[in-house]
Amino acid sequence: MGRVFFFIGEGLRALRRSAAPSAAAIVTVAVTMVLLGVLVPVIQATSGKTEEVRDQVSLNVYLYDDATPEETTELETTIQGLPHVAEVEYVDKDEAMAILRDRLEAKDQEDLTAQLPGGHNPLPASFNIKPDDLDNLPSISAALMPPGADGTPQPISPVIEEVGESREEANTITKVTGALKWGLTIVAGLLLVASLLLVGNTIRLSIYARRREVEVMQLVGATNWFIRWPFVVEGIVCGLIGGLVAVFILFLGKETVVDPLADTFNLVTAENTIAFTKLTVLLLLAAMTVSAIGSGLTLRRFLRV
Amino acid sequence: MARHQTKALSRGRERAARRPEHVTERRPRPPIVELRRATKIYPGGHVALERVSLRVDRGEFVFLVGPTGCGKSTLIKLLIRELQPTEGEVLIAGRDIATLGRDRIPQLRRRIGTVFQDFKLLPDRNVYDNVAYALQVIGASRGEIRKKVPDALRLVGLADKTKSLPDQLSGGEQQRLAVARAFVNHPPLLLADEPTGNLDPATSVGIMQLLYRINRTGTTVFVVSHDRELVNKMRRRVIGLDHGRVVRDQSAGMYTDEESTREFAARVRAELGVEEERY
Repeated sequence: MGRVFFFIGEGLRALRRSAAPSAAAIVTVAVTMVLLGVLVPVIQATSGKTEEVRDQVSLNVYLYDDATPEETTELETTIQGLPHVAEVEYVDKDEAMAILRDRLEAKDQEDLTAQLPGGHNPLPASFNIKPDDLDNLPSISAALMPPGADGTPQPISPVIEEVGESREEANTITKVTGALKWGLTIVAGLLLVASLLLVGNTIRLSIYARRREVEVMQLVGATNWFIRWPFVVEGIVCGLIGGLVAVFILFLGKETVVDPLADTFNLVTAENTIAFTKLTVLLLLAAMTVSAIGSGLTLRRFLRV
Repeated sequence: MARHQTKALSRGRERAARRPEHVTERRPRPPIVELRRATKIYPGGHVALERVSLRVDRGEFVFLVGPTGCGKSTLIKLLIRELQPTEGEVLIAGRDIATLGRDRIPQLRRRIGTVFQDFKLLPDRNVYDNVAYALQVIGASRGEIRKKVPDALRLVGLADKTKSLPDQLSGGEQQRLAVARAFVNHPPLLLADEPTGNLDPATSVGIMQLLYRINRTGTTVFVVSHDRELVNKMRRRVIGLDHGRVVRDQSAGMYTDEESTREFAARVRAELGVEEERY
């Protein structure tokens, strides 16, 4: 136990003595952690958006207006029996109209439905089919419209007017967000690698400045771990301070930039992203681990005799 | 049986007579340092040591002399296993140190005090802490440190400078501090690599006097030096090294075991013609 205090004391003493290199290490750690703290939620937000879009992808089976309730129920049962169908939802004409109105309203457009003559509703009733997986959408589509005698697709039920999918649109969105996600991940990865090297280099410099000290310690018979522990403690403290600085900067950024924006822009509301406290803990842990391991590993070179 | 015992006893008495009186082991022990045809060839082919064989017994005071580049420092590095011999064996207290595992090397170094020409002090620690570090390394208790460090500093005459940093000390004082650190564990062997190389003659005699005093407590002292004049006046065993070979090993006739530290220093000062150093 006395040893633990000794190592902590030695680590803190070294930190005080080499203030400039330590400050450099702290700043480097802080910058890295700010980058990480920004990129982690951004990547999560983009992948969250992609998931959202994938969830929205569905197959719409539009029905003729003269379909009887019996025919409709029968078709629903048939559809539910098809492979890969996860969920079937019946949207009647009134609901279709309500959805249209909502969409128009959401886009701040004039309610065109009010201009329809005599409350006539031109929208068809439909089944909204959710596949168990996005990739199974074509097979469901094919099952609903098997090729007829002349080779052209024929609907399995006479009440089906059309089978439409929102897949095309969804594909584009998925592709764009996918590309964005990959791009950001690569950028984040590169930044992380660069920052790690930078942290490693900073620590190496501070240790290099004290390599003679390490040599003397070895001469009086200090074991490698006896020499290493104070450096590791120093690394942990540097990481902790750097991490705290980063968390503070991120907190300021969140309060002043992200949160006000989130009220106005839909894209910024990152529902699927990590909670700030969790992010804080993760960043602090990462900062401490990286710099502690950095110190410990860098020292290996000087300890080899 | 009885006769056998008497013989052993008388042999023991002979040995005791040759050694400082407080070294009182009965069992014959292996020499503290032994080189068996140790050869060191550096990468690139430079032969630093060539089949060097020598023995140093416990309690001896030995000088290793030779011109620059003769392999003296290499020999010291072999003894603390900073280097490994290319061929041959290096034995410390009868143990071939090549067989020590990496994790045992610190243990070896704790049993050997080392003093260097460039002092090798910890620059950001004061006098007291520099000495204390050697004890902290071996896991000594606080009480032990508080007792032993002042003792060691008193021995070297730095008791009133405990708070000074190494760069606030003179060269002689720094070397005294290095000696205090090397000796605070009371190691059985003390190696000094050119301990007076950076010091003027008067200060050098002071350091030699200190090493001699340490030797009188039973510690084997092994001093590397290129200062032939100083060494010859000490009248201790001298091993000469040239181009990596032992060219001289004189011990007979040079010893005056009864000399006290004070007499020793006074004589050497007189022969070198230097004033007594005040510290």
